[in-house]
Amino acid sequence: MITLEHYLILAALLFCIGLFGALTKKNAIAVLIGIEFMLNAVNINLAAFNHFIKPEVLTGHVFVIFVIVVAAAEVAIGLAIIISLYRNRKSTTVDDLDLLKW
Amino acid sequence: MQFSSLIFYLIAGIIVVFALLTVLSKNLVHSALHMVAAFIGIAALYALLMADYLAVVQVLIYVGAVSIIIVFGIMLTRRESMDQSNMPNQNRWWGLIFSVLFFIVLARSILLTAFVPGTGQAQETTINQIADLLLGNYAIPFELTGVILLVAMIGAIILGKSARSTK
Repeated sequence: MITLEHYLILAALLFCIGLFGALTKKNAIAVLIGIEFMLNAVNINLAAFNHFIKPEVLTGHVFVIFVIVVAAAEVAIGLAIIISLYRNRKSTTVDDLDLLKW
Repeated sequence: MQFSSLIFYLIAGIIVVFALLTVLSKNLVHSALHMVAAFIGIAALYALLMADYLAVVQVLIYVGAVSIIIVFGIMLTRRESMDQSNMPNQNRWWGLIFSVLFFIVLARSILLTAFVPGTGQAQETTINQIADLLLGNYAIPFELTGVILLVAMIGAIILGKSARSTK
């Protein structure tokens, strides 16, 4: 029998894989991919809580939709920033993007 | 083992394997393709959770839009060769240790918490009630997400244009 804990453990594993990707990648686009995985793990959590704790009210689904909207806006803005930086610096390596350091 | 448990473990295995391939592959294009496969697995997981609308939205937005945007980003910032385009940085071991420790903390707190399962009946189709909630209780957040999308669209256009016009 699959319980809520199975889904939560899976989401935690997916979140940690995304965290590992976001922390340890050189390419800024790969960091964005890691962040997308972390947001997806949170969405699985919300849908699983909705299904197992209170299935008659779909508040969790509405929250998942809001998170998906914010994630879509985030990836569009993130890639616009990366492309703009690539035009200025000819690089998408995160270590090269040190304009705010001194 | 029950049939539904078998399906859950199958989908979970697909998601985790493709997520690990996404994070570990050296070629950025392969990373993006593995990410698409993992997102399809997550859509199947939503279907397993009786969230039919979320499964459709996941396929439309993540498998469709987000992956296409990321592939476009890879294409527009391309270097000479795609081999070695997705290498780990110097923090890889610290990142691995931190991620594993964080997973242990999360798993322990999940397993120690006693969740009370609900007794209600899940609906056959979720779209009607989602529409009622979005246009009823959550009408103001729903309108605000429209503002967020508008601001994000304008911001992306300005960021994409400014690099050329400021020279």
